[in-house]
Amino acid sequence: MNPAPRPYTLVAELTYACPLHCVYCSNPVDFTRHKDALDTADWRRVLREAEQLGVVQVNLTGGEPLLRPDLEEIIAEARALDLYTNLITSGIPLERERLERLRRLGLDNVQVSIQDARPAGSDRIAGREAFDRKLEVARWVKELGFPLTMNTVLHRENLDHIGEVIALAEELHADRLELANTQYLGWALLNRSALLPAAAQLERARSIAGAAKARLEGRMEVVFVIPDYFVEVPPACMDGWGRRFIVVSPDGLLLPCLLAHTLPGLSFGSVREQSVGQLWTSSPGMEAFRGEGWMPDPCRSCARRGIDFGGCRCQAFHLTGNAAATDPACSLSSDHVLIEAARSEGAPRGPDLATLRYRAPRPAPAR
Amino acid sequence: MIATSGKPSLAAKARLRFDRATGGYLLLYPERGLALNPTAASILKLCNGELTVDGIVERLQGEYADRPGPELRQDVIEFIEEMARRGLLQVPA
Repeated sequence: MNPAPRPYTLVAELTYACPLHCVYCSNPVDFTRHKDALDTADWRRVLREAEQLGVVQVNLTGGEPLLRPDLEEIIAEARALDLYTNLITSGIPLERERLERLRRLGLDNVQVSIQDARPAGSDRIAGREAFDRKLEVARWVKELGFPLTMNTVLHRENLDHIGEVIALAEELHADRLELANTQYLGWALLNRSALLPAAAQLERARSIAGAAKARLEGRMEVVFVIPDYFVEVPPACMDGWGRRFIVVSPDGLLLPCLLAHTLPGLSFGSVREQSVGQLWTSSPGMEAFRGEGWMPDPCRSCARRGIDFGGCRCQAFHLTGNAAATDPACSLSSDHVLIEAARSEGAPRGPDLATLRYRAPRPAPAR
Repeated sequence: MIATSGKPSLAAKARLRFDRATGGYLLLYPERGLALNPTAASILKLCNGELTVDGIVERLQGEYADRPGPELRQDVIEFIEEMARRGLLQVPA
């Protein structure tokens, strides 16, 4: 039995519905199985109970949180609890009047995803025409006095445009720019051979981002996240299982990360039936990989076990079939060959656009 | 270097929050947070866009009467510079 630490951040996935069809969506591949099951009162209670446990930040996300007609009431509750409230959105569908309303309710920060600095590339990844509207929304965000986070997910098709992505963030006066490389789970794993970059391409982009970070210090926070596939030791996924983050899925499951409900044999429990505190402390799923007791070799004797917590359980499962294996991203993992083999697929294959599998259900392809 | 005649204020993305669990203050910003020691919290509470850096030092001198003035001033300036470097404080020239 491991004592449950204090959670700091609640990731509230208000719905898996989304007008976009991004090929690397972080929602589960079988997201349509998970219906929106929490009503306004449920979400308000989840916020209250999370705050009681020590949570001070909430990320309102999805899917697309704007699709919830009760987003206003949820934000009002979050602010009444003095939670730092961040809306993570595609910017679609949003009218300026609604954004003004969210501002008045005390929303703290707006994060807008922009899939590429080039309209065609952005719309191709999103699976619909959205780029121009996103820029308009990002401008409203700043005009209304919000801080703006711009998030661009990086992959083989846009890594070479990173300089343009940074220039766009500057033009939009973003306060924070997240240059988050695709992590190959869920939809992104299905599209891995089309999205995974070559090492040299990634390195060039990293160096450009590093220079921008230094140049923009104090004005724009630039965060460049390397894909796990190109590190020798894994990062601390979610800062460790059940350690800092509470994720609540649209159907009410209390999870340690965005995809834990894709792991077989784990029982997480729903916030409709138990309190956030009960589930956080003692649901079997939350306890499964908390602390170090579950760790196999080489993790259990590794000097980094308190730093990376064994890496990502979902990556371990989806690559090896065993959620309790050492993350294959780690060079000490006996399954690391799987990562090395995938990397060799990441070599550029000429100018042809790769075939992408879009997050479904989606309308006709946008090409 | 910051201008000590400048009037620091919290960046738009940053917010101070009292933390019941510890009795201290947190500085929250997107995806992050800093647990502040009492001195840091005292300084940031005075970064309201109305007081100059020197004005902040003056206010703090009352609270930290045992600290020699020049030393306190230096500490406050260094802290404000560090927070500006992190983009958490704005200090107009």
